[in-house]
Amino acid sequence: MRESLSIVLSGEAGQGLQTIEEFLVEALSNEYYVFTSKEVMSRVRGGNNSVEIRIASTPVYALRYTIDYLFLLNNHSFYRLAKRIDADTVVFGEEGFLSDDEKAKYNVDLTTFDLSVLAKKAGSKLYANTILFGYIAGMLDLSQSHGHNLIATRFESRGEKVIQDNINAYDVGYELGLPFKVKIQIKKRTDNKSYVIMDGNKSLGIGALAGGVNYIASYPMSPGTSLLSYLSSKGEEFGVLAEQAEDEIAALNMTIGAWYAGARGIVTTSGGGFALMTEAVSLAGITENPAVIHVAQRPGPATGLPTRTEQGDLNLVVYAGHGEFPRIVLAPGKTEDGILLAQKSFWLADKYQVPVFILSDQYWLESMSQMEPFELSDKYLETFTVTTEKGYKRYNWDTTISPRGVPGFGEGFVKADSDEHDEEGQITEDFDVRVRMHEKRLAKRELLLEDYIEPEFLGNKDSKNLLVGWGSTYGVLKELVESTDLDVSFMYVKQPFPLPLSLKEHFEGKNVIVVENNATGQFANILRLELDVKINHRILKYNGEPFHIEEIEAKVKEVLK
Amino acid sequence: MSKFEFDRELDIAWCPGCGNFPLRNGLIKALKELDLDPTQVVFSSGIGQAAKMPQYIDANYFNGLHGRGLSVAQAVQSVNPKLTVIAEGGDGDMYGEGGNHLLHNIRRNPNLAHIVHNNMIYGLTKGQASPTSQKGMETNVQVSGVYNEPLNPIALALALGATFVARAFTGDTERTKDIIKAAIQHEGYALVDIFHPCPTFNKINTFAWYKNNTYWLDENHDPSDLKKAMDMAMNDEKYALGILYKKEGQLTFDQAHPVYKNDQTPIVLRKRDIKQVQKLIR
Repeated sequence: MRESLSIVLSGEAGQGLQTIEEFLVEALSNEYYVFTSKEVMSRVRGGNNSVEIRIASTPVYALRYTIDYLFLLNNHSFYRLAKRIDADTVVFGEEGFLSDDEKAKYNVDLTTFDLSVLAKKAGSKLYANTILFGYIAGMLDLSQSHGHNLIATRFESRGEKVIQDNINAYDVGYELGLPFKVKIQIKKRTDNKSYVIMDGNKSLGIGALAGGVNYIASYPMSPGTSLLSYLSSKGEEFGVLAEQAEDEIAALNMTIGAWYAGARGIVTTSGGGFALMTEAVSLAGITENPAVIHVAQRPGPATGLPTRTEQGDLNLVVYAGHGEFPRIVLAPGKTEDGILLAQKSFWLADKYQVPVFILSDQYWLESMSQMEPFELSDKYLETFTVTTEKGYKRYNWDTTISPRGVPGFGEGFVKADSDEHDEEGQITEDFDVRVRMHEKRLAKRELLLEDYIEPEFLGNKDSKNLLVGWGSTYGVLKELVESTDLDVSFMYVKQPFPLPLSLKEHFEGKNVIVVENNATGQFANILRLELDVKINHRILKYNGEPFHIEEIEAKVKEVLK
Repeated sequence: MSKFEFDRELDIAWCPGCGNFPLRNGLIKALKELDLDPTQVVFSSGIGQAAKMPQYIDANYFNGLHGRGLSVAQAVQSVNPKLTVIAEGGDGDMYGEGGNHLLHNIRRNPNLAHIVHNNMIYGLTKGQASPTSQKGMETNVQVSGVYNEPLNPIALALALGATFVARAFTGDTERTKDIIKAAIQHEGYALVDIFHPCPTFNKINTFAWYKNNTYWLDENHDPSDLKKAMDMAMNDEKYALGILYKKEGQLTFDQAHPVYKNDQTPIVLRKRDIKQVQKLIR
């Protein structure tokens, strides 16, 4: 395991944890390698939420279970994290935040950190977050002037006094944190790179904009809502029509309507909301109408654990919708791929006239990681629609992919039909037409595999032991293969469906270990079914939490025994 | 070839004597009299005998899922407000399966005409009660007669703030045509509920029944009077036909949407600048 420091801030909903996280992460990323993740209870106020900020001298990409520095922000913020402390954990908090019972039971002491008193001294309890920011900045010897700059930018619109008061509060914290500096062994990074740090959700939003999204209709459902918020916030600036639909059924039908009329639309939802959209997925299938569907997974069945994580909906998106028709499923596991796959999803949907899924999960969407900035390509803004001529036939079967016209653009009519239809798009019950039209649609599966997004291989490629992961397990498996002495390599799958036959060779002669954040090994089953791959081991987790680095190392060791 | 009509014989799926035939004639006449360019007209429909209408009119159409015609229509209109959009379907499609979309699209006030064929019966599924079937009607499902209250679409639309609410009867093609024209021209959401007989399955609400149980509003009716319109809508002894209510000047969905606040260019015509997106990676 890599040398790293885990700082956890534990408080309640509504306490502004997110603001501290954003500040800290930006300041830390400037000087260290950083990864953050968060977990929240399903409450609007109260409960207990925590943010883990992992700081390291070498790159880190995953959650670490053991906490080094735990900051308690109220008197009920310890109990859920008790399992994550060890003898070396330092617990900070105000008098009374740790009860005598807790101290005795877990053999832990409280290092007094009187945040509310300090905040009052600095002028207002509103400064508590800034003092905490300064405190951690001091502990880690962060550039004080950079901290000041971040504050000045953040509070720019609030005036000079607010900025100065916050800078003073930051300095108070900074001085108090400095003495810890000597105890911290983590070295600053020396790669001279300037990273950007963002969460999965933002990467999807940027990717969607880079893919030409100009329409989103969705019904709020955690953890899918954040993308609706992000694109809504960019609506006026980028020309994205965002609408909160009355239900998920409307959301996907509206999005399909938007594509039909020439827009590039997306819906964002989670498993339960997506279940309501399945009829419309089938509609996209027969009308050969593009659609991009973001399914942000959380544990089911039904309402399940609304704020937690899981990779339990792969089967749902692969098989959703009645009848047979092709589709594409993409699963980003790192920030770059959040951007690149979201961008490409619109282009693929347009090119092949099929529904394209972006399958993410709560953990990946809400974790922040560092990324080297890269140049966006405008290739994926390319559209495949045509100007229609008189006599235009929407489902012309001279080619597998019939050129797609848009109503209002050209001399022809664009007739799309959910019934089986002839080339013009008129309803038909002719069996021969049915067979030919059905085969035309299904033939797109072979074609779209020409744009299959190849997996990435990490670690020792010659190793006999092949770890296989898709989507959000990328980070923890990457860190494992890069830091462990175990003889393993890792195949990171970005497009779990459909799979080209050529993929099969990567599994030959290997000890195949599939790692999934679900209970049944859904991708392992797809590998068996589609490619006849023999699966030797499955490492599965389904308690609602992501894999952490200690756990994955132990489990991989166990299967290699 | 005449606009909106095919230059070939159509295999129309409706029963002889179906009210959909005169409705189609009225609709085509309305489109012609408005001198619309068929390439700029989009029909959106769901499932049912009424929802087959777009198949028999030569223009653009999206014949989608049962109950979802209004959702698709609203989206089409909002991404390209230059198009003339008509959502069309039957009472089961639009008032039953699509009920939630009806409620919320009235709130949105999209600039489209919503034509609902109301024959108080399910035709395509062979004669079950529809949301507008009257109490007592016996069917193969409601075997001892309908016992639920019928939906009153006119009162519902008025209560939700619809900006154009009308009812027509196919017994008068000319007036039906005029109402459809006014609905298409109306800036905002326009509901046209159209009574028509189903000679195959509805033996109660026949042509004669509609004739005897309706009356046309005369020129003295003031369509800006919401209270009067509501009073008429709640009167179930005789059904008023005509434009019951009309409100001018309310912002349509696209006019009110922030994406069109400073730029009226339809979003489908706008170009994305990758350099502008690049700035977000920081």
